[in-house]
Amino acid sequence: MRITCPLCGERDRREFYYKGAALALDRPEPDAGAEAWDEHVFLRDNPAGETRDLWYHADGCGAWIVVTRDTVSHAVLETRLAGEAGA
Amino acid sequence: MRFSGLRVLKEGLTGNRGWTAHWRDPEPKPAYDIVIIGGGGHGLATAYYLAREHGLRNIAVLEKGYLGGGNVGRNTTIVRANYGLPGNSEFYSHSLKLWEGLEQELNFNVMHSQRGVINLFHSDGQRDAYARRGNAMVNQGDDAILLDRDGVRRLAPYLDFDNGRFPVYGGLYHPRGGTARHDAVAWGYARGADQRGVDLIQNCEVTGIDIQNGKVTGVQTSRGAIRAGKVGIVVAGRSSQVAAMAGMRLPIESHVLQAFVTEGLKPVIDTVVTFGMGHFYISQSDKGGLVFGGDIDMYASYAARGNLPAVEHVMEAGMALMPMIGKARVLRSWGGIMDMSPDGSPVIDRTGIEGLYLNCGWCYGGFKAVPGSGHCFAHLLATGRPHAAAAQFRLDRFRTGAGIMDEEGTGAQHNLH
Repeated sequence: MRITCPLCGERDRREFYYKGAALALDRPEPDAGAEAWDEHVFLRDNPAGETRDLWYHADGCGAWIVVTRDTVSHAVLETRLAGEAGA
Repeated sequence: MRFSGLRVLKEGLTGNRGWTAHWRDPEPKPAYDIVIIGGGGHGLATAYYLAREHGLRNIAVLEKGYLGGGNVGRNTTIVRANYGLPGNSEFYSHSLKLWEGLEQELNFNVMHSQRGVINLFHSDGQRDAYARRGNAMVNQGDDAILLDRDGVRRLAPYLDFDNGRFPVYGGLYHPRGGTARHDAVAWGYARGADQRGVDLIQNCEVTGIDIQNGKVTGVQTSRGAIRAGKVGIVVAGRSSQVAAMAGMRLPIESHVLQAFVTEGLKPVIDTVVTFGMGHFYISQSDKGGLVFGGDIDMYASYAARGNLPAVEHVMEAGMALMPMIGKARVLRSWGGIMDMSPDGSPVIDRTGIEGLYLNCGWCYGGFKAVPGSGHCFAHLLATGRPHAAAAQFRLDRFRTGAGIMDEEGTGAQHNLH
């Protein structure tokens, strides 16, 4: 699996750290309550097919990247900087 | 049909023409008291114990493929009870005791071999951690022996004891741990359940779960609608999809875990060796292949195959631990889909829907749990109350924060297990 960093170009998957589903910037308010935080921290759609997840270009430029990916075929469909994609 | 030495002799002398099919291939009935979704190890064991322990007969197991075609046939066959945390400890202890009587009970050779499991340590700090774990195991009533370097050398002389990065300081030895023939476990439970009247229905994919007024009433399948008094979901890597049919989101992320086997070799590794620092473990199958694996690939996946970085990592770790492995040729590799929970521990619990029960989150440790999981899930389905050995496997522990079982101590978060 190779991932295209929007800044560095196509790189080996080994350069990236996987964070998980791309909902990190969609944080509930601190006082949103247990249900909202449970949804955010623990519950997942976990789709078999197209998904959006968050990767960190740890051994590269340090960018956070939203990767649109197929979990069944491992095909990488689109990559965008997290700041622009609104992860 | 019962297996016995006499029967094997008789069949051998008469051309093996007397063996019969191990289970029926029934058409689904319109309704059952209990429907189990998933004909893997856990689902088949659940059906078996529902029939044997609770006297229930009107049960169906629905399997979208063939029996035992998923993770129960794709694992590395390790059986052990060496957990340290309350909740996990009593459950795996319970499961190991069931393993120890399984072959006689099922009248089926699952090739359970208690050849021992060694967890290696490579520093003083790691020794302390394993000493503590061993004490927890002994307190649970299981067996654990803290071996020094020479003790490990007597059991596994082929290790690189003076590895520059991870010299072997010793190991935690669990003599009752070992391996079992994974397919045979599924087949043994399937046969036992079928003999007690359970309908095992293959090529039957569940496509919907019927719920009326907050109560489950049945399932829709590729072979028609089936009414059910109770429904148990036990589908491992596909848990999120099946639970979504009931409107639920689960604390599960599915990941791929790879495993490897070499060509058949003469006996060389007669125990199970785990090298936690390198994410590597190995045993030798009775057929002679070295069976080994490592960590998950570390990204959400439903592909039953992994990528090369994890392959390379496992091979490097194997070479670091036992350089002799470089002489062996890898025959096959494969991947299974793990239902990873945030804290690395499973769920056996009710849901918010009456009559709907959930069994998932086994991460990469589901095989050894098969008897215990089936036994405890059957108890929950039959009585509506959790079994004492699985009472901590609650679905709401993430929301409430009470009873998190983070065995690795890395944090209860999805990308950390």
